[in-house]
Amino acid sequence: MSNTVNVTINNMPVKVAPGTTILEAASKLEIRIPTLCHFKLDTFDFEHRTGSCRICVVEVDGKQNLAPACCTPVHEGMNVKTNTIRVINARRTILDLILSDHPKECLTCEQNGSCQLQDLAAEMGLNKIRYAGKTSTYKIDLANEAIVRDMNKCIMCRKCEVACNEIQTVGVLSGVNRGFNATVGTVSNRPLSDTKCVFCGQCVAACPVGALSAMNRSYDVWVALNNPKKKVVVQTAPAVRAALGEEFDFEPGTSVTGKMAHALRLLGFDAVFDTDFAADLTIMEETTELIERVKANKNLPLLTSCCPGWVKFFEHQFPDLLHIPSSAKSPQQMFGAMAKTYYAKKIGIDPSDLIVVSVMPCLAKKYEASREEFSREGVRDVDIVISTRELAGMIKEAGILFKNLEDQDFDNPLGESTGASVIFGSSGGVLEAALRTAADWLTGEDLEAVDYEPVRGLSGIREATVKVAGMDLKVAVTSGLGNARKLLEKIQKGEADYTAIEIMACPGGCLNGGGQPFIHGDTSILDKRRDAIYAEDKGKPIRKSHKNPDIIKLYDEFLKEPGSELAHKLLHTKYITRDNT
Amino acid sequence: MTQESSCCNGAIGSDNVLNMYPEKRKLLKEYIDVLPIGDDRNFNKGFLIQTLHKAQEIYGFLPESVQLFVADQLKLHVSAVYGVISFYSYFTDKPTGKYKINICTGTACFVRGAGRLVEEFERYLGIKEGETTEDKKFSLGGLRCVGACSLAPVVMVNDKVYGKVTTKMVPEIINDCE
Repeated sequence: MSNTVNVTINNMPVKVAPGTTILEAASKLEIRIPTLCHFKLDTFDFEHRTGSCRICVVEVDGKQNLAPACCTPVHEGMNVKTNTIRVINARRTILDLILSDHPKECLTCEQNGSCQLQDLAAEMGLNKIRYAGKTSTYKIDLANEAIVRDMNKCIMCRKCEVACNEIQTVGVLSGVNRGFNATVGTVSNRPLSDTKCVFCGQCVAACPVGALSAMNRSYDVWVALNNPKKKVVVQTAPAVRAALGEEFDFEPGTSVTGKMAHALRLLGFDAVFDTDFAADLTIMEETTELIERVKANKNLPLLTSCCPGWVKFFEHQFPDLLHIPSSAKSPQQMFGAMAKTYYAKKIGIDPSDLIVVSVMPCLAKKYEASREEFSREGVRDVDIVISTRELAGMIKEAGILFKNLEDQDFDNPLGESTGASVIFGSSGGVLEAALRTAADWLTGEDLEAVDYEPVRGLSGIREATVKVAGMDLKVAVTSGLGNARKLLEKIQKGEADYTAIEIMACPGGCLNGGGQPFIHGDTSILDKRRDAIYAEDKGKPIRKSHKNPDIIKLYDEFLKEPGSELAHKLLHTKYITRDNT
Repeated sequence: MTQESSCCNGAIGSDNVLNMYPEKRKLLKEYIDVLPIGDDRNFNKGFLIQTLHKAQEIYGFLPESVQLFVADQLKLHVSAVYGVISFYSYFTDKPTGKYKINICTGTACFVRGAGRLVEEFERYLGIKEGETTEDKKFSLGGLRCVGACSLAPVVMVNDKVYGKVTTKMVPEIINDCE
């Protein structure tokens, strides 16, 4: 069999490998065919060809019916036309039919401006709604902190279902009912808060329209900022700076740390702090715990616990393993705890007069901040969580010309950070940061080598054996809950002998979080965000968490030492068994 | 199936119907145990519909606790099980009445007035399609073609078939059930 197939598309010849789809062959010729339901993530070697929306239909010589380009493989001598009048008419009819049961509420839709259906209507020159048929009337699910589900806007591409079941293996969403009533739903149409949903937001990231969106809290931030009685501080997660620029026409992979700090100050925050500081703090506590466990050879492997989606996942699905995740809180919650104790005391205000806002690449962080154990005496450690997209929205609403801003620094004392903390934003970063500190602590030296290349990357399960102070530490890194499940099942069966494992719920880590600017399937953007994060690490004068002078000061002045009683009280947490249903 | 939530208080499966009847649970378990269930979810999916048929035969309906049990046994997500139940009109997650009245709304029956029959049954029994009377005596549902199109429109009450039904025959059919 020949290794190439000759195809002609719009009278242009192209040679492609057998099995290539018309869609892929066309892209080689720089011909774009519109898609809605096609789900392909190159970086993660993932493709799901549903072929259900039919918007990608093309004309194939010798075939009576139009063929969906996304799931029709090419054959030798195939002659394809992507823009004949027949194709255009068919596509317009398909669009008309989708729109016949789609609310025309674009102006008030959370997805306004980043909706693929809206883009398509613009591209196809839609000038009237042809069919005014029956429309769906589903109740909007607003019952959780993180995700809004409005199935009236659903176009049944079922990408959310694939993200939930195939990529994340969370298993909450399924196609339900039939005919006109068909939709994507949960068991008995329960609200997400009544299911084992982990709020990772990968369904939101996959949704081409506004059926799934983030619970927007930016107005709450405006209200807080305009309350003269409250002091409002903000923290920004590592991955935010590597993606926020995309919302302001910067090339993907442009780090906008300094501009972001400036913009936050212009928005009116009393102090602009950094979750990176708390990431360094996390490393102090987590590495202390890791070394204790290694020395005692107990409760291994240690699993990282920074990711609230991942935490909720193992609470639901692996209750027998609750003793192995690190008890360290996530950086977001460590920051909140330090702000409401150490910092509030330092500036002499009551914690209830301090509002902590987080900017996160994540939707699960919204849920995390609302967990009961992260409040003390009715005061939440983190009051409001907004996503990268929501922050971009606020900057635009405030009329701040982000692109022209001068760089500024974070404030002290919760703003200083190291290279070890910024890499938390990428899969592999937390473990690498922990290894940098563990290696120094175990050898008692200030080691030069800080780059742990084998744990870096975005996809799959990466394993490495790292020699530290004469010890072999076998570590693994993965992201995406489907991969996590594979590792945990290995642990359950006793087939794994790792010392530590880093797991992030979203494929690629936080840089691909559910609150980040939409990539709409273009995973090359993720690679660029990752490069930006590691470049920022390289550019930092200090690249190990335990060398952060403000962290050292925090322990001197307040916490005493890593793993101290006070540290345990404020920086560690417990996990609970949840229904695995 | 209606679009709105049909239950739910408490955790999924807290209806507890599964464990209320140990003998029924045993029957279902025995049925599943002889199936060659493996670790491959896609393979196991092939046994889902027959298992649900059995479960509904045993319990009369498929409450969440039974859906959960089936999902666990077949190593599927419970959402996938619910997806199948909600797709097929034969399956129901609500308890049904002693007499299940099903009006065929397939093409032949529909053109011969099945729509009017549905309305008349609804009026007569005071319930909507998909519902059960308060005394748990009658459930009203639709079905698609029983292969008796020459008798259209057709109504089935449990296993009994009524042909060439008119709205005037509705009281008569109900009385037959007494």
